[in-house]
Amino acid sequence: MADMQLLAASGAETAAQIAAGEVSADEVLDFWLSRAANDRLNGYLWKSGPESAREGGAPGGPLSGVPIAIKDIFCTEGVPTTAASRILGGYVPPYTATSVSKTAAAGMPMLGKTNMDEFAMGSSNENSAYGACLNPWDTERVPGGSSGGSAAVVAGGLAPWALGTDTGGSIRQPAGFCGIVGLKPTYGAISRYGMIAFASSLDQCGPLTRNVTDAALLLEVLQGRDEMDTTSVGIEGGIKAPTAERLDGMTFGVPRGLIGEGIEAGVLARFEDTLIRIAELGGEIVDIELPHAGHAISAYYVLAPAEASTNLSRYDGVRYGLRSSDEDLLSMYELTREEGFGPEVKRRIMLGTYALSSGYYDAYYGRAQKVRTRIVEDFDSAFAKVDFVVTPTSPTVAFRLGEKTADPWTMYLSDVFTVPISLAGIPAISIPAGLAEPDGGGPELPVGFQIAAPAFSEQKLIEASHALEQAIGFDGSAALEGGAR
Amino acid sequence: MIEREQVLHVARLSRLRLSDEEVDTLTGELSSVLDHVDKLAEVDIEGVEPTSHVLPLENVLRTDEPRPSLEREVALSQAPDPHDGAFRVPSPQAEA
Repeated sequence: MADMQLLAASGAETAAQIAAGEVSADEVLDFWLSRAANDRLNGYLWKSGPESAREGGAPGGPLSGVPIAIKDIFCTEGVPTTAASRILGGYVPPYTATSVSKTAAAGMPMLGKTNMDEFAMGSSNENSAYGACLNPWDTERVPGGSSGGSAAVVAGGLAPWALGTDTGGSIRQPAGFCGIVGLKPTYGAISRYGMIAFASSLDQCGPLTRNVTDAALLLEVLQGRDEMDTTSVGIEGGIKAPTAERLDGMTFGVPRGLIGEGIEAGVLARFEDTLIRIAELGGEIVDIELPHAGHAISAYYVLAPAEASTNLSRYDGVRYGLRSSDEDLLSMYELTREEGFGPEVKRRIMLGTYALSSGYYDAYYGRAQKVRTRIVEDFDSAFAKVDFVVTPTSPTVAFRLGEKTADPWTMYLSDVFTVPISLAGIPAISIPAGLAEPDGGGPELPVGFQIAAPAFSEQKLIEASHALEQAIGFDGSAALEGGAR
Repeated sequence: MIEREQVLHVARLSRLRLSDEEVDTLTGELSSVLDHVDKLAEVDIEGVEPTSHVLPLENVLRTDEPRPSLEREVALSQAPDPHDGAFRVPSPQAEA
């Protein structure tokens, strides 16, 4: 089979080609390994050799032979896992994350471990200790983050699909910036076992794919109760490939109050176009209010750093990872952490420790937890009236490398539409809505459209997204070849 | 607003030995982030229960049956300084 045909095929199409005997699983794997080997985006932090990749994928499953890229936040036995941090440089986990065991059991060879913001803290992938990852649409721009590597390798034709994680938008925002599909499931849909913890009440695994059907197929592989994660419950009834073509009888809520300042003209234009498409497919557009969603970023930047400061206390130079200095115990702790963590991780540890410290706990952490309740209630009220809540995925298209690194808050605002949904724990998807010029001009870049749904209604979300995706007819092929040298 | 002294205190709690330059930068950055975060005071939270977790789960237990855990060798395989089947660390007392 010609290389162009292999490159253009989605995960589902590749699986079908293998099942029909049009191409062998070995041919498919060799093709993708050679694409990954020529990565020019710094999308991969570690690449599989042919032998190790083959070992990973058991034959016989429905998706057997379709290789997958894994965010470097998932522990993989015998394979280096760094979470893009110096403090885990050279760490080789003695066990494998449930999500990775599941993709392997479904027959998917692992192509490699993808670049990310250190410990998933960031919205541009510039916080990686191993160098920024580049956007395949324009290599002077960021792919988004924190799952920037997973998004870039899928969009740039270096993997058919990938796993990522989303805490405040880390799957959806990079998917939007790279013109692909990114799905954050309901909190609890997928096991977090073996996923290096950032903010445990928010972290969730999910797929980054070329289209909605692929996202559905991967979600079905990943979802389920896992006795190794007591917060995992799975999705009742499982997930099927979508077939919907219309949106008749479905209502879509638009939180106009949230979609205001700081949004690029091009992004807003593609958002409005997409609302028209929804109406053309029979869906109804309704204005809704999420009165407290405007406070979500503030609440998130108390809660997530607080949880992170606790989770990251385990990196102390004792049991694994980096150790600096053997002077005395306290110096070892302090110098190991000083040397091992990057600036954004230190910032969040400091912020979180401050918010949890004596005298500030009620004013910051306690208050933010109550504001979180208000945001949960906002969504409950909205879903009493509508089936879905829709927004742009991000207020801008992919920005330039270095453009938002000077001021942390400017970077944090990149997640203004994704964070409220994370706090509510509900599922949301980003699908490509077309291309738009950035403010200030320049070549057109992808715009993401975000659809959120009530907890555990992933099947409904996937059906609606599929119908809309067909109507939009986005073509991502312009970026597909450019990921490899 | 956060003062330099508070930053140093929080750094000690966080077990981070920051450079002077980092302390300066963080004093400015944390102050600016906290200015934004302080807007949470505008939200009426009277009588609101805190959310620490979105799932309505309680007491998720499994049967209490012994099962194998990581072998000692495997658990020690990534240690910077394994010694006699244990994790060796420097003395808690600084040498005089």
